[in-house]
Amino acid sequence: MTDPALIWSYLAQGPLLWLTATLVAYVVGDALFRAARRQSWANPVLIAVVLLAALLGATGTDYATYFEGAQFVHFMLGPATVCLALPLYDNLPRVRRAAWPMLAGLFVGSGVAIVSALLIARAFGIGEPVLASLAPKSTTAPVAIGIAERIGGQPTLTAALVLLTGIFGAIIVTPLLNALRVRDWRARGFAVGVAAHGIGTARAFQVNETAGAFSGIGMGLNAVLTAVIAPMVVGWLG
Amino acid sequence: MISALSLILAFQLVGEILSRALDLPLPGPVVGLCLLVAACILRPALAARLRPTAQGLLSHLSLFFVPAGVGVVAHWPVLRDHGIGLALAIMGSTVLAIAAGALAFQAVARWTGTVDPSALKGGGDD
Repeated sequence: MTDPALIWSYLAQGPLLWLTATLVAYVVGDALFRAARRQSWANPVLIAVVLLAALLGATGTDYATYFEGAQFVHFMLGPATVCLALPLYDNLPRVRRAAWPMLAGLFVGSGVAIVSALLIARAFGIGEPVLASLAPKSTTAPVAIGIAERIGGQPTLTAALVLLTGIFGAIIVTPLLNALRVRDWRARGFAVGVAAHGIGTARAFQVNETAGAFSGIGMGLNAVLTAVIAPMVVGWLG
Repeated sequence: MISALSLILAFQLVGEILSRALDLPLPGPVVGLCLLVAACILRPALAARLRPTAQGLLSHLSLFFVPAGVGVVAHWPVLRDHGIGLALAIMGSTVLAIAAGALAFQAVARWTGTVDPSALKGGGDD
């Protein structure tokens, strides 16, 4: 029989091991999410990330090696974003009717996300480069990274803040909006798309198709608006 | 399924090219999304053809965020250094933004008379 260490060193080089691990971690996360009756605190992304982080730590694997395998899953974010066109198209009559409410939700949600994040961070003595990395954290990752670079932030830190915002938003949205008695699926979805981008949108699709469609629109519109207002707010508060 | 996937990738590709060529503030996939909506309006048959594959991908949208999520762990030292301030900024601003955005949407929907009874949440704890 071959030495297990040799098999390990062979597997650790190729993408198969970490691709499989990523899918298995997600399957476990999704199973736990279902077992918890789809409650938002059992977020499948969070569970999978914690499992994989523990596995990387236990095997002494660095993130670059892990990403060699996981990049195939990561790549699918692009086509999945394009696919948001279908629920949007299916909900077009609803979307047309909701133009004014969407505009209000967009400007209020986007403005509050940026200004309140910067004010809280500044109150804790956090300085300019981190503030610039924090400002675009509610937008989808590629847009946020582009904005952060333009206003003097750190792209890698921004990516991490974007992910944390998304996971937190996806967990908090259901209890928060239930407590506020917001029953309109359009408002619920749109607000979480604006504040917590794609991870919020994934959560919205788990709950309701209309919420998912409006969440995707909120995410797309906020990508544009944040690119315009984040530099202004950072200049003003930074 | 392969033909549907090819079409979806083609829209992403064109979106990526336009985003870079015109220096748009939107990333390629979001431009591709807009183009695909326009294409579905012009040819409704396209929507019917792509729907099964699109629904399949979207039902596992969470999965595609996992690799980037693991990246948070790689940046743990930076996050730990700024600790509580960053955590409170993220949590506080996300709660405020979701609440303010949803309430603004709802208020304007009532004010402009565009409440949609078919889009109201019933009972249950979702």
